[in-house]
Amino acid sequence: MTSNNNLFDPVKNLQEIEEKFEMVQILNENGEIVNDALDPKLSDEELVELMSRMVFTRILDQRSISLNRQGRLGFYAPTAGQEASQIASHFALEKEDYILPGYRDVPQIVLHGLPLWKAFLWSRGHFVGGQIPEDVNVLPPQIIIGAQYIQTAGVALGMQKRGKKSVAVTYTGDGGSSQGDFYEGINFAGAFKSPAIFIVQNNQFAISTPRALQTSATTIAQKGVAAGIPSIQVDGMDPLAVYVATRDARERAVAGEGPSFIETVCYRYGPHTMAGDDPTRYRSSETDSEWEKKDPVVRFRKYLEAKGIWSEEKETEVIEKAKEEIKAAIKQADGVQKQKVTDLISIMHKDELPYNLKEQYEIYKEKESK
Amino acid sequence: MAQMTMVQAITDALRCELKDNENVLVFGEDVGVNGGVFRATEGLQKEFGVDRVFDTPLAESGIGGLAIGLALQGFRPVPEIQFFGFVYEVMDSISGQLARMSYRSGGALNAPVTIRSPFGGGVHTPEMHSDSLEGLMASQPGLKVVIPSTPYDAKGLLISSIRDNDPVIFLEHLKLYRSFREEVPEESYTIPLGKADVKREGTDLSIFAYGAMVQESLKAAEALEKDGYSVEVVDLRTVQPLDIETIIASVEKTNRAIVVQEAQKQAGIAANVVTEITERAILSLEAPVLRVTAPDTIYSYPQAEAAWLPNYKDVMATAKKVLTF
Repeated sequence: MTSNNNLFDPVKNLQEIEEKFEMVQILNENGEIVNDALDPKLSDEELVELMSRMVFTRILDQRSISLNRQGRLGFYAPTAGQEASQIASHFALEKEDYILPGYRDVPQIVLHGLPLWKAFLWSRGHFVGGQIPEDVNVLPPQIIIGAQYIQTAGVALGMQKRGKKSVAVTYTGDGGSSQGDFYEGINFAGAFKSPAIFIVQNNQFAISTPRALQTSATTIAQKGVAAGIPSIQVDGMDPLAVYVATRDARERAVAGEGPSFIETVCYRYGPHTMAGDDPTRYRSSETDSEWEKKDPVVRFRKYLEAKGIWSEEKETEVIEKAKEEIKAAIKQADGVQKQKVTDLISIMHKDELPYNLKEQYEIYKEKESK
Repeated sequence: MAQMTMVQAITDALRCELKDNENVLVFGEDVGVNGGVFRATEGLQKEFGVDRVFDTPLAESGIGGLAIGLALQGFRPVPEIQFFGFVYEVMDSISGQLARMSYRSGGALNAPVTIRSPFGGGVHTPEMHSDSLEGLMASQPGLKVVIPSTPYDAKGLLISSIRDNDPVIFLEHLKLYRSFREEVPEESYTIPLGKADVKREGTDLSIFAYGAMVQESLKAAEALEKDGYSVEVVDLRTVQPLDIETIIASVEKTNRAIVVQEAQKQAGIAANVVTEITERAILSLEAPVLRVTAPDTIYSYPQAEAAWLPNYKDVMATAKKVLTF
């Protein structure tokens, strides 16, 4: 039954809201600027740096998958396809900004300063992988989907109280937007007007569950309305659109205007993780090839080549350097001492160990000395 | 020195720490201008400002996340969970995140957070207000769990908890907030975490208790004295980690023990105490170590509390069983 009271039209209300979240794009699939007014006009040097980082990340993904298959890495969540979403958003950040990554967001924290060999140790499951250097503002990747969102509200409030001109940035996926902590995080940051940037990387699938099964909302971006915070949906395969959205959100945040919410519409080419997920069970090859046409690395390459600032030789150079760096990092990870139970006990508390751990420390020290 | 109730001693501890350390932040639902639903934070926002003592949206999980994030920015958060029955909403932030901060960062990061929360029965609260859930917290590596039973202990233990560089769960029994006054020093002082306190010395039986059960045990000990028994009452004060030294010394002296808790038999921490005693002092025992607990049902409907909650009579009955074994 529809209401005959034309003053009250909730269906129209919803349509009007959803129309406001149309996807923003700057660079199309062919590498052409389609929205000149929004073009961030990055310098040639910056454009080349951004491209180099995206290529590095694509290679890192390829090598990580292969190292995982050889048993030389452990837990790994593929990133290919999300380079614009991950790397261009990070490109808009400053060193003093704090990143709270999800489990797929290793590239961002590596580019923010976590040594690559530690990222590999994190994948293998070694505590040294979580030892973030003191001047690097990141947390280890978060496994509990949504937890990073509420923690981001806290880091941002802390920055606000300290009077810092920096932001807290976090990432989750499309499935993660169904969590309670997702909503609480954006809502808390909104209520405290604290400097946070919340990014949802909508890569269309949460393991096998398609985006449409998470919510009947047409966009995830519109969920920001529930928290009353500025929100936008961007083409997550377009590095320039992701960069501009993040840069603007950062500017508003450090100006004291509160948090923002960004949905990047993207795709992961690989499986959910390397732990036996098989995307052919839930994804058609047509869908895959449709998204392959949108490849962020391909379109950015076309754009830079047309500008005459990128070439095959340049790309080969970046690839070779990436491979060498990865090789050196794996070697360094191999050289790290095996973990002992006494190590695990020692890192439990900042303060003195409680009696039970003191006792158990002695027991395992004895065992380890044999 | 001043005569204080436990809730006044708690406010006083918070005031001391807010004054001593500018990184201390107090926040939660209605803890600001309202001064808390039990007046535990009364006057603090007025004295220290809205920047230090502030209200939050109504979401326990968000409060947990806020505490973690603030700790990462060098603050010393003292968040409040309005009633500990609401801890289920924030279990991940506590057990999944806070407790693991040091460990998952290989010791690089730490979380000096003290979560204050009231619990406990005997005052006819509605559903999910009075449940004793300390057992859940005590089973999580990385957490310390503190439960004071007197105004003096509450102040010293809360100051220690706030100064501790690891997460502490500080549980405040509702019935003890205003049930009696005690001399409490006005200046700062600390009581070490993980240290029990012998509230009454005795030679025939050791009673190990915490929270509201300490008063019930003291009452029972007094009554048992009239029957000719000398009963020692040990207030655990910290239920994780346990003060093994004090517990075992007491058992080795009295050779008989019972453990008294308000929680259900399958919950709480009494089973841990019994196990520690049997592992470490079985040759000193002249009788099995028995427990006084609530029955293994969901927490009582308010009108049935008197029949359901353990009290001094239950303590006496179990004590006699052990004394005459």
